Amino acid sequence: MDVTRREVVRAKGRFASGNLVRLGLMAVPFVFFGLFFAYPVAAIVGRGLRPEGAWAFSVLGEVLADPAIGRVLWFTLWQAAASTALTLALGVPAAYVFARLEFPGKRLLRAVLVIPFVLPTVVAGSAFLALLGRGGVLDGLFGVRLDTSVWAILVAHVFFNFAVVVRTVGGLWAQLDPRQEEAARVLGAGRAAAWRRVVLPALAPSIGAASLIVFLFTFTSFGIVQILGGPRYATLEVEIYRQTADLFQLPTAAVLTLLQLLVVVLLLAWHARTVRKRESTLSLVPAEQTAHPPRGRGQWALLWAVLGVVGVLVVAPLAVLVERSFNGPDGYGLTFYRQLFTDTGNTTFPVPPIAAVGNSLAYAAAATALALVVGSLAATALTVRRGAGGPGRLVRGFDALLMLPLGTSAVTVGFGFLVALDEPPLDLRESWLLVPLAQALVGVPFVVRTLLPVLRAVDVRLRESAAVLGASPLRVWREVDLPMVGRSAAVAAGFAFAVSLGEFGATVFLARPDAPTLPVAVARFLGRAGEANYGQAMALSTLLMVVCGATLLVLERVRTHSAGEF
Amino acid sequence: MHRYVRRAAAASTALALALLAACGAGSGDDGKTVRLVTHDSFNVSKSVLKKFTERTGYKVEVVSGGDAGAMVNQAALNKGNPQGDVLFGVDTALLSRALDQKIFTPYRAKGLDKVPERYRADDRNRVTPVDSGEICVNYDRKYFAEKDLEPPRTLDDLTKPAYRDLLVTENAATSSPGLGFLLATVDEYGEDGWNSYWKKLRANGVEVVDGWEQAYNDRFSGSRGGKGEGDRPLVVSYASSPPVEVVDADPKPKQAPTGVARETCFQQVEFAGLLDGAGNAEGGRKLLDFLLGKEFQEDMPLQMFVNPVREDARLPELFTRYGEQAKDPATMAPERIADNHEQWVKAWTSLVVK
Amino acid sequence: MLELDGVTVRFGTRTALEEVQLAVAEREIVCVLGPSGSGKSTLLRVVAGLQDPESGAVRLAGQDQARVPVHRRGVGLMFQDQQLFPQRDVGGNVAFGLRMHGVPAERRARRVAELLGVVGLPGAEHRAVASLSGGEQQRVALARALAPQPRLLMLDEPLGQLDRGLRERLTRELRRIFTELGTTALAVTHDQSEAFALADRVVVMEEGRIAQQGTPLEVWRQPASEFVARFLGFENVVTATVHGDGVATPWGKAPAPADWPDGEVRLLVRPTGVRLGPAGTGLRCTVEARTFRGGSGSTVTLLLRPAGGGPPLEASCPLGEAPEEGDVVGATLDPDELVLLGGA
Repeated sequence: MDVTRREVVRAKGRFASGNLVRLGLMAVPFVFFGLFFAYPVAAIVGRGLRPEGAWAFSVLGEVLADPAIGRVLWFTLWQAAASTALTLALGVPAAYVFARLEFPGKRLLRAVLVIPFVLPTVVAGSAFLALLGRGGVLDGLFGVRLDTSVWAILVAHVFFNFAVVVRTVGGLWAQLDPRQEEAARVLGAGRAAAWRRVVLPALAPSIGAASLIVFLFTFTSFGIVQILGGPRYATLEVEIYRQTADLFQLPTAAVLTLLQLLVVVLLLAWHARTVRKRESTLSLVPAEQTAHPPRGRGQWALLWAVLGVVGVLVVAPLAVLVERSFNGPDGYGLTFYRQLFTDTGNTTFPVPPIAAVGNSLAYAAAATALALVVGSLAATALTVRRGAGGPGRLVRGFDALLMLPLGTSAVTVGFGFLVALDEPPLDLRESWLLVPLAQALVGVPFVVRTLLPVLRAVDVRLRESAAVLGASPLRVWREVDLPMVGRSAAVAAGFAFAVSLGEFGATVFLARPDAPTLPVAVARFLGRAGEANYGQAMALSTLLMVVCGATLLVLERVRTHSAGEF
Repeated sequence: MHRYVRRAAAASTALALALLAACGAGSGDDGKTVRLVTHDSFNVSKSVLKKFTERTGYKVEVVSGGDAGAMVNQAALNKGNPQGDVLFGVDTALLSRALDQKIFTPYRAKGLDKVPERYRADDRNRVTPVDSGEICVNYDRKYFAEKDLEPPRTLDDLTKPAYRDLLVTENAATSSPGLGFLLATVDEYGEDGWNSYWKKLRANGVEVVDGWEQAYNDRFSGSRGGKGEGDRPLVVSYASSPPVEVVDADPKPKQAPTGVARETCFQQVEFAGLLDGAGNAEGGRKLLDFLLGKEFQEDMPLQMFVNPVREDARLPELFTRYGEQAKDPATMAPERIADNHEQWVKAWTSLVVK
Repeated sequence: MLELDGVTVRFGTRTALEEVQLAVAEREIVCVLGPSGSGKSTLLRVVAGLQDPESGAVRLAGQDQARVPVHRRGVGLMFQDQQLFPQRDVGGNVAFGLRMHGVPAERRARRVAELLGVVGLPGAEHRAVASLSGGEQQRVALARALAPQPRLLMLDEPLGQLDRGLRERLTRELRRIFTELGTTALAVTHDQSEAFALADRVVVMEEGRIAQQGTPLEVWRQPASEFVARFLGFENVVTATVHGDGVATPWGKAPAPADWPDGEVRLLVRPTGVRLGPAGTGLRCTVEARTFRGGSGSTVTLLLRPAGGGPPLEASCPLGEAPEEGDVVGATLDPDELVLLGGA
């Protein structure tokens, strides 16, 4: 009797202090998201819904009743679902190959897969059309052209998101104990049944996470849909951009933004619910133990099929860009690269264009640092041991909040910054910080997703034994958590870095003209006629690929089996 | 790894401090800089800009806001508390919105008397015309020479069977030349006729792509950027595109590789104005004078590939030698564009998508 | 029931199994014994079809299994660390194989309950796998492997990670269950006491080859080679010379059976074959160490250091008669406890 009561009291005490620590840790990410996400988005939406200082809710009904908007919403949803399904269909076998089979060049190829992620869509779209469009490989071989159909959009979405599936699903797959599958086989399950009943359920959380990311990316797809689908197809994102930037119909844009947010929130809620049900402790083994050279005709065939898909879908478009960057006016050479180093003498590039490499690296480094600080604080807050019946809902809500920027239109955030952050002490419109801030918004979810599983996996007893040996909570974190998380923090940093490197939608509004990032500089070159401009655009794109690839290769070296979902 | 983490921690501390500093400092107007808000196609020679600084003591800081439409809308959102002092790059299609949103304050720039009446759009001088450019159909000379075919001259020509499947244009909903070409056809065939013109154009195999980059670089066979690998010898681009094609050529050819269908053009004028609530209105006025000054006007053609609006500005040799003047380009009153823009684009979209 | 005929498996340049010949009869319990890396687990994987042999044949009930996929071989395999499916509960794990064989739900439930009873976990159907203790996990894994009634059940280190007491109890239980159900079983282990307690027949493996097979008693009494002897824990292995009816060892002479060949041989002297007497009889030795192993036998193992040099000698004697450390004793060899080892 007595004992039970003391237990209760102790539990309560723990609950209170755990909560306090959690709230303290959450403060920074919370302020960050409030100030740089929620406030700007609310400001621009408010501008639209309260044009004359009074709420104009009638516009809500008008916009939602418009059949054209209904069509846009329908198209946005189904193309995102179809793109996700297609990416999974092609990506899951590839995840298997990259996780379980050994073949030369695997590391390099895995880094190459991520490059599309950082390429400006206008560049990637161009390369893509060269392959799958008129006169492309498919056209030449089979007379098939994809650029006129919705397939072009779907296939391009696979191109951009392939790496998400391969890395997320493959990362877990590499660590699944192969004997689980063997156990099922010995119990009488065929190859397919063993996969469906044992491997698939174990992979479910990672497949769920990958699907969520791919769906969010394709749901808010902008450049690809415009380049490959315009004027036939438009997503909500394209429509929001058009209403905001072209037509200045802020009320309509506001309603569409809310609609987009609503869908994303519903999706996140549904995902959180289903994933929580599926989560179970898995028996994991070090990844190096599970990979082996291909055996048997089936595995060889699978390997070649996957390499074929990767070759056509990812490597070939990238190769086209590289080829074009060397194809100068006098045959192949370094002409365009040399031109990058010359001063143009005008204000389009006040410094030689090559400076964009430095700008990009500096912005991306700042954004990465921001994302790491905010993301790791958030991840730590989410792992603080909860007391009896801890505030699980608050945590999950916070978790989902961090994902929201991935599902919000870049133009909304960009314009929101200008509306919301225009008064001292927060007049950041002129500050260089705007760019890394906007980029960090996209990077934080990646950091959190990567760090969370590792932090959760740190054995509580390690922390307890450190505490028993006299370490304060802060000291425990520094001595126990930090060293274990260090390596996956590097992996998280790499993703945040890649995401910042490739961010275009918000950066183009916010970057100062005298300090363009690589994607912005590429777009600037492409917007001007003439061979030299086009060639330099290709040369800069190639440099962008090299920078990204090199970063990822370095990170491959520190990538550990304990790294998280991405 | 420890070292890595410690360095990351140090970097983030520095960042937090920088953030605070930036918040506290606000925008430091020292009265010596003048800010020019413009679109991402703006360009000027550094040497010309330097002369402005030498003469007036003001340094010019360029602030970019994406494409022209996004830029005007941003200015409208920041009305009264603008990001800069002068805004340059409002074109004919956007002018009405800019004026309706009352983002400008009147100023009559020096040198306006040298600008012909047809370029001026506002008698209250809230905006000042700076340059003009024409959106025209360009053709690939080589293709037509090889086929021994006369290149098209007029909009009507484009619907003829001889030019079947040759033209590529841009999405009027998202691309400025695309919209300009649509406006040219509205001007030519009127409210009742442009629909059927586009039906004919469609029947004759016009292809619509999203932006100028795809149309000109990827699909047009005459662009050197695309190495002549494009499949369409006709493209909607600018009257100044042919000179651009030879700007880097060495030695210079006799003739530009591309030509202009001179009766397919739509004229766009670009305006600048003093922003209402400018922190440095005095410097802004000086900058507007400078934009209409002869030096800037004569520098423009080779930097932005547009025509000066000043009568006495001399065109560079590249333009006189390789450029082609549009013949009676179509124009349209900004109010008419503003009133009908959305409706025209909607109708156009359903015409070409079907 | 099971026949392996000349089975060879290589991983790169390493040979895991070489020309293995093995037969297991119906209802027989065979234990493969060997140090880690001797190819025991590979042997099981070949039989299960999880590993293709490079050459040789696997026959079950006389039928070649080369083209039969894993799930159609009708064998069961209990993995070293159980490999229970974490996303299913105990009942789901046990029922898995039955579902794969299309057993209707009702019969499935009955069989699951029955098997959980057999392994001593009645009513555990709905418990989560993660909540089980090590011993309980072993029992569930066993029930899961038994459920589809495999014609041959294979067990990889079935009791490997359990503590000693539990291991001994479970060994007895396993034997009871197999006998009761008439199961044919092939187990591998590195623990000789486990093998001897469980098996009808023991197979000792050395570097991919079968070093010896026989009943536990045969193997214990007559290790076929020095490797087997040492693996079973015997230390008194020396080179000796047979001459007529006597054998000369570093520890003295002893009579030799008539069928021993003349010349140099490797010889094992069982610790129980070292008779101790007062100093002055036999070989004079000092007791260097004394280890009490516990258990029902209550014997003490002594390490003797011969006074005249030569290798140390291990002896065992009943607790009550054991000398103290430092005592000087005389040792003689019992001819019945000498074993001539093959493959010197």
